[in-house]
Amino acid sequence: WPYCRKRCSYCNFNKYVVPAVDEAAVRACLVREAQTLLRLSRVRSITSVFFGGGTPSLASPGTIAAVLEAVAGAAHLPADAEVTLEVNPSSASTPRLAGFRAAGVNRLSIGVQSLDDAELRLLGREHTAAEAREAVEAARRLFPGRTSIDLLFGLPGQSRSAWARGLEAALGLCDDHVSLYQLTLERGTVLAAQVQGGSLPTPAQDLLADMYHTACDALVAAGFRHYEVSNFARKGALSTHNLSYWRAEQYIGVGPGAHGRFVPWGEGSCSREARVQTLEPDAWMREVQSRGHGTRRRVVLSPLEQLEEVLALGLRTDEGITQERWGRFSPQLSLEAVFGVPGEAQELQQQGWLVLDGSGLRCSREGLALLDSLLPALLCQLQR
Amino acid sequence: MALAGRTALRWARLWSPRPAAGALRLPSWRPAACVRLYGSRGEEKLDMSMYPVESIRNFSIIAHVDHGKSTLADRLLEITGTIAKTGCNKQVLDKLQVERERGITVKAQSASLFYNHNEVNYLLNLIDTPGHVDFSYEVSRSLSACQGVILVVDANEGIQAQTVANFYLAFEAQLAIIPVINKIDLKNADPERVEKQIEKLFDIPVDECVRISAKRGTNVEKVLQKVIEKIPPPHCNTADPLKALVFDSTFDHYRGVIANIALFGGEIEKGHKIVSAHTKKRYEVNEVGILTPNEQPTHKLFQKLAPQGSSGKKIRYAGQVGYLIAGMKEVTEAQIGDTLFLYKQPVEPLPGFKSAKPMVFAGMYPVDQTEYNNLKSALERLTLNDSSVNVHRDNSLALGAGWRLGFLGLLHMEVFNQRLEQEYNMSVILTAPTVPYKAVLSSAKLIKEYGKKEITIISPAQFPDKLSVSEYLEPTVLGTIVTPQEYIGKIIVLCQDRRAVQKDMLYIDEHRVMLKYLFPLNEIVVDFYDALKSLSSGYASFDYEDAGYQAADLIKMDILLNGNPVEELATIVHNDKAYATGKFLCERLKDAIPRQLFEIAIQAAIGKKIIARETLKAYRKNVVAKCYGGDITRRMKLLKRQAEGKKLMRKIGNVEVPRDAFIRVLKRQTDK
Repeated sequence: WPYCRKRCSYCNFNKYVVPAVDEAAVRACLVREAQTLLRLSRVRSITSVFFGGGTPSLASPGTIAAVLEAVAGAAHLPADAEVTLEVNPSSASTPRLAGFRAAGVNRLSIGVQSLDDAELRLLGREHTAAEAREAVEAARRLFPGRTSIDLLFGLPGQSRSAWARGLEAALGLCDDHVSLYQLTLERGTVLAAQVQGGSLPTPAQDLLADMYHTACDALVAAGFRHYEVSNFARKGALSTHNLSYWRAEQYIGVGPGAHGRFVPWGEGSCSREARVQTLEPDAWMREVQSRGHGTRRRVVLSPLEQLEEVLALGLRTDEGITQERWGRFSPQLSLEAVFGVPGEAQELQQQGWLVLDGSGLRCSREGLALLDSLLPALLCQLQR
Repeated sequence: MALAGRTALRWARLWSPRPAAGALRLPSWRPAACVRLYGSRGEEKLDMSMYPVESIRNFSIIAHVDHGKSTLADRLLEITGTIAKTGCNKQVLDKLQVERERGITVKAQSASLFYNHNEVNYLLNLIDTPGHVDFSYEVSRSLSACQGVILVVDANEGIQAQTVANFYLAFEAQLAIIPVINKIDLKNADPERVEKQIEKLFDIPVDECVRISAKRGTNVEKVLQKVIEKIPPPHCNTADPLKALVFDSTFDHYRGVIANIALFGGEIEKGHKIVSAHTKKRYEVNEVGILTPNEQPTHKLFQKLAPQGSSGKKIRYAGQVGYLIAGMKEVTEAQIGDTLFLYKQPVEPLPGFKSAKPMVFAGMYPVDQTEYNNLKSALERLTLNDSSVNVHRDNSLALGAGWRLGFLGLLHMEVFNQRLEQEYNMSVILTAPTVPYKAVLSSAKLIKEYGKKEITIISPAQFPDKLSVSEYLEPTVLGTIVTPQEYIGKIIVLCQDRRAVQKDMLYIDEHRVMLKYLFPLNEIVVDFYDALKSLSSGYASFDYEDAGYQAADLIKMDILLNGNPVEELATIVHNDKAYATGKFLCERLKDAIPRQLFEIAIQAAIGKKIIARETLKAYRKNVVAKCYGGDITRRMKLLKRQAEGKKLMRKIGNVEVPRDAFIRVLKRQTDK
């Protein structure tokens, strides 16, 4: 759902703030594209569905239901498949959330971002801290154990203690899943321009590292498993859907600007492709109406490129890259054959950033926080 | 006041015996064709023999930058009908884009003007000169073909540093000097004050000055009359054997070398066999002609000037200035200062010019190594026209294959770089400039190895150890600063900070002071001029001339990363400046090297002694927060680029230094 009511100061997603949306038309196109792409992929069974955006909680439950029906019509959608909806606290009244549950949604991801009104204003969010609390509480009542919250840290001017307070409040509020994002100042956003222009301070590198490590420690102490760089879950409430990205499984992207990775068997191909749908909603709709889908770009991924993705994504998780998964993408060269030989990976292992053992290749706790410094070296070694 | 005294003496010698009452001494001879030629030259043909030596004047215009030299040249060309009067002739002689942009002249151009004065037709050869003393080599080349100069001074700004430097070049060449006060139309013009400055500094009587406005054309005709009256004709005789001085040369891709020549004797025409006194090579003259400003010095104008029905022979007569093409393939064959003579009629060569000595060195590297060959050919083509640039191939571990270039001065370096960018569309990395140091060797072994006692050190790698050296020498320059008096205090502090020694201080009027300082050259090559301009709100002017070498306490400073020396960052510095330079380099490196997985010590060291240190802390967190379906493509692209970049990084010990970091540290700082 590419539409938002307001532009947040930090967000550079493909989103559109328009006065009126022709929801019936968008719904028809989402349904049509889902059907077309599912047919192309010849996928038989769906493990998860994720409604992201934009602000998908602005769509009516009827639209969500229509898409899910289309998916179930084109492939098998098991009753226990994870169906997540991204929700903004400002469009999360209990009746509305109940409507989504009735439509088939069984997991919510709430964009709380902060529990401090001043911070929320800085971020350009529509809601207050109180509204965020109410939304989370309502969600937990309707989706117990299946409600996730998003939090941001590293805001310009945010102090260590402010973050510690925010984190403590969030721990008191949250359910069994938390996503903890360091704010990225994306080019072209209002916030980045303010920092660039000097009207807001640049957060110090060391402060950000401290904030991240204290938060990880606090969450782990509260019983959470740190299962990905920015994601924490307890009682096994991991996001199945997001794990499938990091495990380099197949996924189909439906809607304006959506990305997918799958093998379009239906087109006679047998290679994994990276696909992007047309960004602009009106153009996307015209394309879907005329040819059933709005795929703008398709790139066949070479075996090496697939392995690069397996590596870069898999190392973000605590399980890392399992021997089994690596073997699926690289039947000839084992993990040991590539990274167990003298080279960058061995040095990184000796320095304690990386672990390669019988179960697979993964980052150490310290290494995970430095993954982007490790990956270029590992890619070099892989390319050799 | 030693300066003024010397001036007075020389001045008397120069001026009293030679108030060339030119018109009187000249024969009142007047070819009819020429009179018409003055009005509508296009249709008439000109025989150069109609201009005997007595009616030729060879002169230059010299001035401080922006004092109106090029505007005056434009007016002179208009008045004499050399170019049409259109009101849009601006810097006609400045052909290069960089010249027009910077308001300077880099490459001397020449033009022949025809002018009728008191019923006599004159051939006035205006030999344009570069305005800046970086190009004093070019100025001296141009001046040697002249017998006089017009010294232009701005009526508002008065005498500036370059005015002084240019005056002495002309003065030492014993040329007649016509002082001209320009821009009298400006509101703040104060010609009287400027005349007094000229009298005080150059010992030229106030009434010798011509007040003009080149922009409006006021009194410009009077300047031409002064040229005829005050500047003597060249001394030479057509009956003598050919003796031609090469004072400039250009390279044309289709026609080869075009040599600008001044005839000191004899005549030259197509078909003549000539010999270069320098190379002893023999050539046959293909083409000769006079120089016109608007076209390249081609035969086009000359054809118009050639007698109709002639056999196409184009003769140049003594005293005249023009060009010649004689099948020379390389500019080095037309050495500036060389003498040409007729085959089998050798003459005593004219006294040679001082050859251009590079004063400032800088490394030049392509931004992208794949551009190496393109840059190489651009450099070759550009140096064809600028033989004063010294080119040596060089190789840097960090920046790849490139060159070490020697320039006459800073402006020369900037102009060269700008021409490379503008005319050849090349973008390059230019390293911070350095100067050529010298060492007097004491070690017998080294003396034997070099074959001499005194060696020139261009790169730090060549720096010999203190133990085998009796003394190190550094190049110096004599700098002239002209400033309003209120800035003197700050300027003196600046000069002292640059290790300069005051040589002279003179009030040129009630408000303006001329300071002379002996500077170590390396103290002014980087940012002296900018500093001077900014602390004087732009009012102080600066110029300098070579002043030889002086003993200096020089040391080689190494930059270490985690204890390992970085070869390309080693520098030669004066002991007094080691700490500041070391600190500066360490700080710059700290900002330029990305954080890594471990802590990095960045140190400046002299021998074993560490004099400055910065610490680059280890990364503690470097991982992108969000990486979901829609982020992967962009993420992978970035990672792959980083992986590629990693392959290009220079590894010093375990520290990876991107090429970019070297560029940021080594690069000359153009803006601060």
